[in-house]
Amino acid sequence: MNNLISRAKELLESKTVNVVIGYEAGPTGLARPAFITDSAKADKLIYDERCVQNLAVYLTKAEVKNFGKMAIVARLPVMRSIMMLISEQQVIGDNLIILGISEDNSLLDIASISVMQGYIDKCDLGNPSKDREILAELNKMTPEEKFSWWQNQFSKCIKCYACRQACPMCYCIRCTVEVNQPQWIPVQANAHGNTEWHILRAMHLAGRCISCGECGRACPVGIPCHLLTMQLADQVWNYFHVHAGTSDKMNSVLSTYEPNDKESFII
Amino acid sequence: MSDFEPKVVAFVCNWCTYAGADLTGTSRLKYASNVKIIRFPCTGRIDFMLLLKAFANGADGIIVSGCHPNDCHYTSGNFHAKRRWIMFKELMDFMGIDMNRVTFSWVSAAEGAKWAEVVNETVTRIREMGPYVSYKELVNKTIEEEVKNE
Amino acid sequence: METTRKLIRKHSLELLYKKLSASNKVYAPVTATDKQVEYKYNPPFSDVTFDHIRSTLSVKNLVFPKVENLFIFSNSKTESSITDVNLNLLPNVVLWGSHPCDNAAFDILRSIFCWDINDEFFSKRLEKVTVIGLACHTSDDYCFCTSTGNAPNSVKGSDILLSKLSGGDYIAEFITAKGSSILASSPELFENETEEKAVIAVVNTKFSHEQVTEKLQTAFEHPFWVENSLRCIGCGACTYVCPTCACFDIQDETKGKEGRRYRSWDSCGFGLFTLHTSGHNPRHVQSQRWRQRIMHKFSYMPDRNESLGCVGCGRCSSACPVDMNISEQLEALQNI
Repeated sequence: MNNLISRAKELLESKTVNVVIGYEAGPTGLARPAFITDSAKADKLIYDERCVQNLAVYLTKAEVKNFGKMAIVARLPVMRSIMMLISEQQVIGDNLIILGISEDNSLLDIASISVMQGYIDKCDLGNPSKDREILAELNKMTPEEKFSWWQNQFSKCIKCYACRQACPMCYCIRCTVEVNQPQWIPVQANAHGNTEWHILRAMHLAGRCISCGECGRACPVGIPCHLLTMQLADQVWNYFHVHAGTSDKMNSVLSTYEPNDKESFII
Repeated sequence: MSDFEPKVVAFVCNWCTYAGADLTGTSRLKYASNVKIIRFPCTGRIDFMLLLKAFANGADGIIVSGCHPNDCHYTSGNFHAKRRWIMFKELMDFMGIDMNRVTFSWVSAAEGAKWAEVVNETVTRIREMGPYVSYKELVNKTIEEEVKNE
Repeated sequence: METTRKLIRKHSLELLYKKLSASNKVYAPVTATDKQVEYKYNPPFSDVTFDHIRSTLSVKNLVFPKVENLFIFSNSKTESSITDVNLNLLPNVVLWGSHPCDNAAFDILRSIFCWDINDEFFSKRLEKVTVIGLACHTSDDYCFCTSTGNAPNSVKGSDILLSKLSGGDYIAEFITAKGSSILASSPELFENETEEKAVIAVVNTKFSHEQVTEKLQTAFEHPFWVENSLRCIGCGACTYVCPTCACFDIQDETKGKEGRRYRSWDSCGFGLFTLHTSGHNPRHVQSQRWRQRIMHKFSYMPDRNESLGCVGCGRCSSACPVDMNISEQLEALQNI
């Protein structure tokens, strides 16, 4: 943590960056995103298990972009998000300094995007183990059980779109759900509207989800909607052998193809 | 349910399956009249949301059909579609939404007979499965009713 | 006016609950499997929680549902017809065990929905609700009811207010005629008050809302908004869980020749909320939307509706994925 603070100070003092995006402790003890622009305030930066939000979500936010050059505290999911954002041309890698944090919470020396790629390649890119267990349980259910399990979850949805807003990959200025000519998704937060919203969100993240679980964590009513995108992340690996966010030059899985993609259901 | 006539919506590409369906007609081949064909430029243009729209508006079954791999008028639209449907099917299976109600097929402009087969097979299957009650319920459930049922 | 106070034993409370459920829908809080506290219609009494600090969602959906039909329409070649929703069919609802913050919100909602024109949908629903409140005996860091003029045992908005006694029984305070009629119909369930004291949560005052309102008069252009809303991701969680946020969106949903017009919750936190057809958006960045939320509750509403737009329940802070803590921000605003 001291390394992180001194590195942040150094970057701000030398005007290498205009802002350091990291975490600070809030009044209730929770960690929350912090934007440090003054090196004197860099001491507020913390890094521990409480720091869970995916900070990459800010890289596409208008007010944050205005800072220009910035540094960002990044653990593996944030690094992978950054990779996705660069590959989708939403973020310019040169404007970014990665303050990488390893699994054991120490500062990594990540001098460039290719170094970051090297680090990502060495990591376990599957879904987090606790989610893997739930997914395995769900996959054992019958279709009827799955349907009622999910309907029960969706019945809580209030369509606040926290899942979307918390996701670094959901950067569209106008989401499909906000398009009303034609109206693709029913606006109302009822069984129909909620189900289709979650289908839409998951499909638009197929092959792009980097399994950070931020959507499920952000949900104020506790819908584990991250399981939907994580299931698809698993399937993307099974079918296409691709992990999202592993290169700054990859094409998104659903906007590319291999002639020999295998399926068994098209007659 | 003996008088149940399934409503089937077919999303087809202009260049292969639509022409194939045309051939079925000009060849005087009879097939189930339950199908309503909607023509698209390419299978690559068929958004998964259209399938949901069809179900929401009362379809009991769906057919999605286009050019065989390597035959796409736009070179790769059907390859893209294939990936999309692989993911969509996996997601639907995970959410417990019945994908046996959707037929995916490749029907070329020369396969008039195959088109008749695809439609007949789908209509027979959906007839056995009965109306898609669970999705219709989902749609018709307004909040008022939800409150009443609680 | 002096209110009637009676003792009600825990087992009598259960009898009361059962009696009320027989002739009403009772809307009571239960702890779900995932530890969230949610309100349900007629849950078994054994499931009803008396110890929750705050439910995940407020109870405003009783009077302002997340989706509400306004009318049904159908078109033929020659004419259109409109069928109103029959509001007289609404059932009587007993809101059971909601805390004083939530109950105080009904008056605030009324000041919005019946400000100039009486919103029938809202007021008809409110008429049907009897509120049996429950004073808070626990609180947490997010609570700040005392800073907004409320209290953990405030009777505002309740027809009956229950307060837990240290021995586990309850004191019932009958505040309105609706409340007294319950006493009149089941006098056998109540006993005379004893010396035993109620356990009331301690909620320290964090700021003076009068001072905040005063400061906000000149704070519109203050850099505070930009500095403190950078981390806001622009979701609607705070407004949707809020007991007093009342913004809605009106939509038509048509299927063939028939359709319905409904309203559903909307949020000033969304960019789309203020987007004009021209493409211009008067609140084009998140800091302006965050400012709007605070200004509306603490400046515009005191000006126009003569009531604060906040009850201090702390839900928005606890629901926020990025810890936009409203009481902390108001405390800071008091001192800018």
